[in-house]
Amino acid sequence: MLDLQLYMAQRLSALVMAPLVLGHIAVMIYAIQGGLSAAEILGRTQGSLLWFLFYGTFVVAVSIHAAIGVRVIAHEWLRLRGIALGMLTWGICATLLALGLSAVFAVTLP
Amino acid sequence: MTRTPEMLHVTVQRGTANDTRTEHFDVPARENQTVLDVVSWIQQEADPTLSYRFACRVGMCGSCAMMVNGVPRWTCRTHVSRVASGGRLDIAPLRNLPVIKDLATDMDPFFDKWVAAEARHHPTRGRLEEFDPIKPDAPDRTEANLGIECINCGICYAACDTVAGNPEYLGPAALQRAWTLLNDSRDADRPGILAAVSGKGGCHNCHSMGSCAQYCPNGLNPMRAIAGLKRETVKGALRGKRDA
Amino acid sequence: MKQPPRSHPLWFAFVLHRISGLALALFLPAHFWLLSQAITAPARLDGFLAFAENPLVKIAEFGLVFLLAVHMFGGLRLMALEFLPWSDRQKTLAAGAVGAALFLSGTFFLRAI
Repeated sequence: MLDLQLYMAQRLSALVMAPLVLGHIAVMIYAIQGGLSAAEILGRTQGSLLWFLFYGTFVVAVSIHAAIGVRVIAHEWLRLRGIALGMLTWGICATLLALGLSAVFAVTLP
Repeated sequence: MTRTPEMLHVTVQRGTANDTRTEHFDVPARENQTVLDVVSWIQQEADPTLSYRFACRVGMCGSCAMMVNGVPRWTCRTHVSRVASGGRLDIAPLRNLPVIKDLATDMDPFFDKWVAAEARHHPTRGRLEEFDPIKPDAPDRTEANLGIECINCGICYAACDTVAGNPEYLGPAALQRAWTLLNDSRDADRPGILAAVSGKGGCHNCHSMGSCAQYCPNGLNPMRAIAGLKRETVKGALRGKRDA
Repeated sequence: MKQPPRSHPLWFAFVLHRISGLALALFLPAHFWLLSQAITAPARLDGFLAFAENPLVKIAEFGLVFLLAVHMFGGLRLMALEFLPWSDRQKTLAAGAVGAALFLSGTFFLRAI
């Protein structure tokens, strides 16, 4: 269940992500032309501050957004409550942050 | 050419909260017949122990609200021919409310949430003061008027899947009523109303699935009112941050 | 047993938004993990990318882009409903959101195959 703060965090992270999602889809449509390889990805992103900021922001926003979204589903459909619900929310946020930032670092570190 | 079936096959949920069962009745079909007629026939002719509620039987009081084939309706305003396919009717008590017996539910949680949403008038003036002139076409009055015809029948509450999934959620009717008072310039406790609808069970749980507006027999739109509450609470929060 | 009220367009929009969000949330950890292989095990990433040329994978990717686009357009529709002056054309907007999502993911698919 959401109170005002969680609701605003959800909406704000969504607004932040809207242009990022459009950018990501556009980049993907471009990038997959003629196949894709690890070297090709790294060739574009390695050492790039711009891609680091773009996908870094994306990862932070999606970690918050997905954690709150799954929180609501767990509450309404699985009847999760109290401490367990809070732990699930933070757990999802932390997992996505960790995995996501490791991916961002993996492709942008010089 | 389809023949009107002679008998309706009606299943009715019976029993108390912890002990429900489904019973089957064959009810004579008539050309003009409401679901309330069917339920009344069962109680009068087949089984006098059937418990159900009705009052005005002309679509004004909302007492006869029940689940008909899975949809919350006023049974006095629901023609059998509109809802019974193949002559089958399934009648159950309103969803999301505790069952007292058979088709009668306990409306207490519904009314308690109405109070919990601070959806009651907080007076500003006493009887010795000048009365407050309200222009009927003022924007906030027009907005409030959209929701004041609610007769608290509970159909929106039964229709809402968020109410079903979240027992603390105040529900469309209570929140709509709070919105009408928020827009009432005579109400003294705006901050109180905003706080009441911003808690764990507040307006921010609404997913805008619109079942409340879809099924309200009065054609009201609680979803719109709840969107208004969301706007006002967010505005209040942002304003608060700027003042702090 | 009590059944949910018969479905209507806005209810479908709600369910679609929830399911797409859940699917994306489940997909993301795998997506992140795979990309992080770029540094530690680029051969594994390349192996997967080669496997991803498979038409079935292309269809799955189309599905994912569709879910992302529909979730985003659905979410924007929700926020328009909440923060902009009320519009009675909500159902049209809901249909429009699905349409836009199909268009975007279709573009992706056609470029991918």
